[in-house]
Order: sequence, then C-alpha cells, then structure tokens
Amino acid sequence: MAEYLFLFMAALVIASAFWVVFSPNLIHSAVSLLFTLFGTAGLYVFLYADFIAATQIVIYVGGILVLIIFGVMLTSKIDSPSIASSSANQFIGGMGAFAIFVMQVAVIFNTPWNIGSEQSRDATVGSIGKLLLTDYLLPFEIISILLLAALMGAALLSRRN
Amino acid sequence: MDSLQSYLTIAAMLFSMGIYGVVTRKNAIAILMGIELILNSANINFIAFNRFGGMQNLDGHVFSIFVIVLAAAEAAVALAIVINLFKNVGSVDVDAADLLKG
Repeated sequence: MAEYLFLFMAALVIASAFWVVFSPNLIHSAVSLLFTLFGTAGLYVFLYADFIAATQIVIYVGGILVLIIFGVMLTSKIDSPSIASSSANQFIGGMGAFAIFVMQVAVIFNTPWNIGSEQSRDATVGSIGKLLLTDYLLPFEIISILLLAALMGAALLSRRN
Repeated sequence: MDSLQSYLTIAAMLFSMGIYGVVTRKNAIAILMGIELILNSANINFIAFNRFGGMQNLDGHVFSIFVIVLAAAEAAVALAIVINLFKNVGSVDVDAADLLKG
C-alpha cells in the first residue's frame, strides 16, 4: 500500500512539474504548481518530516502560490480567455536540461552513499524547535531580519506612486 | 523503491525541469515558477539525506526551513519587481526588459 502511495506521489510530482514548464497557459502552470507542491509535501511525509510537510503546505501553497497567482492576475489582461506564456530556445534548453539530468543520474547511481541506520519515526517538531533556539539561533535571527527586510522592500517597491 | 536513490532521482527530474523552465520561458512569472521547482528539489535532497544518512539530529530539516523562508522572501521581492516591470514596460516578457541596452 505504502509502495503504491509513494509511486503515486512521485508520478504526481513529476507529471505536474512537467506541465508547469510545458503548459502554454500561465494559469494552468500555476494550478499545476499547486499539485507539485502538494506531492512534494507527500514525499516529505514519506521521509518522516512531518513538520516540513505542514510548513510546505502552509507557506508554499498558502503563501507563495497565492502570491504567484496574484502576480499573474495583476500583469495580464484578465478578459483574455487564455493567458499565453510562450517559450523560446526550446531545443537548446531541452538538450541542456537533459544533459544536466543525465549527469545527475550518473552521479546518483555511481556514488557509494553512506547509508546509515534507520532514523527514528518520532515527531520532529520538538527537536526542530530546540535546534532553532540553540545551535541555529544566529541563522534563525538573521533570516528573520532578512524576511522582514524583504517584505518591507517588496511593499515599498510595489506601492502605487 | 523507498531508497535514497529514488528520492534523489525525483529531485534530479524536478531540478532539470526547473532549469528548462527558467531557460525557455519568456514570461517572468513562469521563470519564477521554474525557480520554485529548483528550490523544491533542493529541499527534497536535504530531507532525503537527513533520513538516509544515518544522522541522529535534524540539521537537514532546519536547513530546509531556511530554504522555504528564503523562497518566500524571493517570491515577494520578485513579484514586486515584476509588477514594476509591467508598470514601466507594459509587459512581463523578459525580452522586453532591454532598457539598459546601449
């Protein structure tokens, strides 16, 4: 059962990511990105990362995707039936991307990975909280300031003059 | 099936499709979607290595939280830039943004 569920999640991620980059309609790309993000959250569940899966859904689907759809709506004429998104250099880009993929697969299957013992399946929220407030306190504070500055800068940039 | 290599292969597919989107798309927002795919593939790698690498702590999870926060900041700033581009140039086609060309 879990095997089929994993295959389903992987196929969902790959197929919807395919449609994100190949769809001629920008809205279809955005909706397809929704399925990619949900499928990635499912893969995180398979990797025992419960908190990251929840964060993925809350921030990516609830925040970033809504922001992207707002961007699509604000920058195209809404009365046009299909918001077109054309592509260029498809052959060269496709060959380059495929070459990168082949290189990555060659590395993945030729490297003797150091597979350790099985990780425990406990809830991860408490451990992540402790790590964020002890070992990673300085990066945590820095990234908080960065997020605040980026959001203020974005609000300032997109203000109507 | 539930091995490190399968997760890494899925992440490699996501990464190369994101690269393809960034290289070939003309619409700035579609390029942004490609970047989101690339960041997601990096996150899958972090968490897969954290699970299968035999480490007892959760450093990979903390790192992927940082990546998600950076993705949020990047999306906000990039969309502000795209909206300004639309106001100044009248389209979000990245080929139209050649004002700096001499």
